[in-house]
Amino acid sequence: MAEPILQVSNLVKHFPITRGILFQSQVGSVKAVDGVSFELNKGETLGIVGESGCGKSTLAKLIMQLERPTSGSVTFKGQQIFGQSGGELRRTRRNIQMVMQDPYTSLNPRMTVGDIIGEPYEIHPEVAPKGDRQRRVQELLELVGLNPEHINRYPHQFSGGQRQRIGIARALALRPEVIVCDEPVSALDVSIQAQVINLLGRLQKEMGLSYVFIAHDLSVVRHISDRVGVMYLGKMVEIGTEQEIYERPTHPYTQALLSAVPVADPTARANREIIRLEGDVPSPANPPSGCRFRTRCWKAQDICATEEPALIDRSADAHPSACHFAELRHVVA
Amino acid sequence: MSNHLLEVDNLHIEFRTRDGVAKVINGVSYHLDPGETLAVLGESGSGKSVTAQAIMGILDMPPGVITNGEIRYEGRNLLTMPEEERRRLRGKEIAMIFQDALSALNPVYSVGFQISETLRRNEGVAKDVAMKRAVELMDLVKIPAAKDRLKNYPHEFSGGMRQRVMIAMSLAQNPKVLIADEPTTALDVTVQAQIMDLLAELRRELDMGLILITHDLGVVADVADRIAVMYAGRIVEHADVHSIYAKPAHPYTQGLLDSIPRLDSKGHELSTIKGLPPNLLRPPSGCAFHPRCPMAQQVCQEKVPPSLNLGGGRTSACLFAEEILHG
Repeated sequence: MAEPILQVSNLVKHFPITRGILFQSQVGSVKAVDGVSFELNKGETLGIVGESGCGKSTLAKLIMQLERPTSGSVTFKGQQIFGQSGGELRRTRRNIQMVMQDPYTSLNPRMTVGDIIGEPYEIHPEVAPKGDRQRRVQELLELVGLNPEHINRYPHQFSGGQRQRIGIARALALRPEVIVCDEPVSALDVSIQAQVINLLGRLQKEMGLSYVFIAHDLSVVRHISDRVGVMYLGKMVEIGTEQEIYERPTHPYTQALLSAVPVADPTARANREIIRLEGDVPSPANPPSGCRFRTRCWKAQDICATEEPALIDRSADAHPSACHFAELRHVVA
Repeated sequence: MSNHLLEVDNLHIEFRTRDGVAKVINGVSYHLDPGETLAVLGESGSGKSVTAQAIMGILDMPPGVITNGEIRYEGRNLLTMPEEERRRLRGKEIAMIFQDALSALNPVYSVGFQISETLRRNEGVAKDVAMKRAVELMDLVKIPAAKDRLKNYPHEFSGGMRQRVMIAMSLAQNPKVLIADEPTTALDVTVQAQIMDLLAELRRELDMGLILITHDLGVVADVADRIAVMYAGRIVEHADVHSIYAKPAHPYTQGLLDSIPRLDSKGHELSTIKGLPPNLLRPPSGCAFHPRCPMAQQVCQEKVPPSLNLGGGRTSACLFAEEILHG
């Protein structure tokens, strides 16, 4: 296969917990992302799923360089992106853009749509010379299915789905190669969500984009992704192609997650296997020893508390799964 | 006729705002019997929560005005009842839980205090007895180590546990009707599954009528007996859960079902409902769905479709309902 466009290796982000005001001392740390590795190939979509607090949004911020990592590396086309500065950093940022979750708070209410989408050109004037910008912004509006004549309107004049299109147009302005989508459709109504998912799919085909697609909705992730990674408490617990994860999951957490998804088909209610997890996700400030899922896992043995399972290919199926007792189980009918 | 536990009959509500009058509820009727789950399904702005607020009597008036219709509880019209009497029904007969448990709970009182508050205020139960009952309720909703957590404050609970606290609060006076307004929207899937199981179990055990308000077609399929689909302040389709998923009788329901990605297969392009939900300040003429409807004809712009009875308790507010169902 081709060389990966984005390579994340052993990425770690610990947020310090401090006490005291004047003389701050660190009393612990929140292990938001704790050793995550994956590759993203050109033109592919990697879905990242997990519950709140699993570190998926921190992962997005790290890739965007909005947070500094504690350790680990991210390379874009073979080049390490952390530690870059000046022109080099700007060039990298041009190629990795982001679509945020909440279309209501991620657009400045005092800027017109034209200013919002055109703002990236202020920082990267080499992409579009000044006289050319309005035309470019109108092209982008048309590309994402908005009326180019609405260039002088403000965000509040648009609906949620339209605002998300504005956010997508802004991300596309600099013609990036990678787009990190952090829950891009979770704030939208069902009928609008489908429109935005189709738009993202179409843009990917037309422009050869690569997506890191972060979401908690497993059906949406399956629909859009080529490969899927499942995160739990800062760790990747299972990763594989969309078929491997959904049809041949081997990690108990993936199985429980899939089984918990409500399916819009009442006849499926009877013949679906139900796995119900007990309790809540533990605090990432004080994660369980060994396997982090063991406190909620029905398979947990002594070894799970002492030895952390590695994310490697297991005998159950040929894709990486971080469980000592990985075994195949069909949960999606 | 009105042997139902709760009956909403031809309800009309409008919001009189600075920008004009928005007709948010345009003749909604539904009913609920003991021990059954009615799901009210709709997208934002469809009026599903406003109807529930009117039932509870917590609609903001102004700007809201109920212009027509009745809401009957055990045969008595709630809308013409003196406020004093209505207050006695609220919580005791009809209770409600909300989407965001953190903002629905008071951050400066312990959960034990909040759960027992209705008992002390409304039924004059002594403090220690009320607290004992609070522990029972917390056990009922499966909060572990309930006794030790009585003195905890809402921020010390996780999202799922907070939702359980709110359910415990709503059950304090053994209501016969529980209205749950998007109870799991803010929760993760594994926790959502726990809460939905809990609600279904409580409904069975306590023989309550449950009105579940949601936008999630998946959640509905798992727990509901009947479904009422709302669009622009009207119920466009009403049917039992099996018939509606097997064969919808309204193009909007059809569109909704087709536009959700499936977990068990990787589809290609999703079919979508084109366009946007209507602006209720300037609703479209005729059928409110016609600008987005793939089947729309000239007549749909002229005539508001009545609710057609399709037999077996099914109704559809589409002029072509028969064609959709049998075609």
